Amino acid sequence: MKLKTIAAAAIVAVLGAGAVVAADEPQAARQQMMKDVGRAMGALAGIAKGEKPYDADVVKASLTTMSEVSKTFADQFPAGSETGFETEASPKIWENMDDFRAKDAQFGKDVDTALATLPADQAGVGAALGTIGKNCSACHETYRVKK
Amino acid sequence: MRLLKVTAAVGAAGLLGLAGFFWVTVPARTADDLWQGLGEPNIANGERVFSEGGCSSCHAAPGAGDDGRLVLAGGAPLPSPFGTFHVPNISPHPEAGIGGWSLQEFGDAMLRGVGRRGEHLYPSFPYASYARMTPSDINDLFGYLKTLPASANVAPAHELPFPFNQRALLGGWKFLYLNDDPRVAIANADAKVARGQYLVEGPGHCGECHTPRDALGGLKTDLWLAGGPDPEGGKGRIPNITPGGLDGWSESDIAYYLESGFTPDYDSVGGSMAAVQKNMARLPAEDREAIAAYLKAIPAH
Repeated sequence: MKLKTIAAAAIVAVLGAGAVVAADEPQAARQQMMKDVGRAMGALAGIAKGEKPYDADVVKASLTTMSEVSKTFADQFPAGSETGFETEASPKIWENMDDFRAKDAQFGKDVDTALATLPADQAGVGAALGTIGKNCSACHETYRVKK
Repeated sequence: MRLLKVTAAVGAAGLLGLAGFFWVTVPARTADDLWQGLGEPNIANGERVFSEGGCSSCHAAPGAGDDGRLVLAGGAPLPSPFGTFHVPNISPHPEAGIGGWSLQEFGDAMLRGVGRRGEHLYPSFPYASYARMTPSDINDLFGYLKTLPASANVAPAHELPFPFNQRALLGGWKFLYLNDDPRVAIANADAKVARGQYLVEGPGHCGECHTPRDALGGLKTDLWLAGGPDPEGGKGRIPNITPGGLDGWSESDIAYYLESGFTPDYDSVGGSMAAVQKNMARLPAEDREAIAAYLKAIPAH
């Protein structure tokens, strides 16, 4: 009986460790970062489209999330993380790492420009979204392979 | 003696069959009167058709970027299961491009896949979709193309192994796959859906990627817009854009995606679709809305 309990505990421990490892993998980390950016983008688009009222706090928080992601996003692609964990990263990232980093930096620059002046109304959010949003497709065009 | 007769009969039947093949499959130009009475091209509409068709996505020089997208110098490689095609120069240059072509010659290429010398063109140029376009739109597009900068670039020759380098065989391909029938029947289509059907099935040539192909490279039209492997051999999959694949997308979600590049959960457009979306963003809103209405009206897969 006791042996069974120990075995069960061991299995749980191993599974738990496995889950922790998965969350630490760069593939999982960068996927979470993109999800956070998507959510922030959605909050801004809701305001730009007039579906949600303008809220300076939401605008600031959303832009801050994007800014933080842009600072470390390109670091999440170390050698050895090319495959696995359902990654949609294109092999071209590792062939053109400098260009990939430059695209991430441009994204951060556009976000920080918007953050510095903070769009003050619905139209301002729409304009900022237009500029920032171009970075999404500019990078995904070359560096993301949709499964 | 009897054997000789049988042999002769078989030989004659074979010759007749071969003659029949070439008779059925000889390149067929368009009728002269199709191009008469169209008048001066409407250049603004020609530019709109240019965006609908996304001509620059393939015909601009590789890596031309936003600045070079109007110089249709050609040369980009187009990989396929049959070999690598190289996109031709369609700038108004008199020798390297199509500057010396007549409207009818341009129309022969667009509607029938027939080149200026009367040769079959490869369906990597999606004339099997363009066959549904109106002569009026083709006239306007041709007028607009003439306003663009000329380039003297000569694209490399296609790199195709035997038998795919035999253009005569394309007559058989056209016999099987080239027609101007609607891809799907939509009961009670209103003007908006009908406009969407024209854009998607004709100039937009969406089915060329979003519909799976058979072993001969023809579209499996019973799986219209159901998605499939990348026809250019890439690693990704082309998504299903029937109501079955766009489950949870409203008409306005589709129109907004074509305008902004954002999906309903704020993922973004990527891959080859990024260039397509940029062109869709240049269209009037009514065209994007028509495409969305059509995509909601077709059979789900």
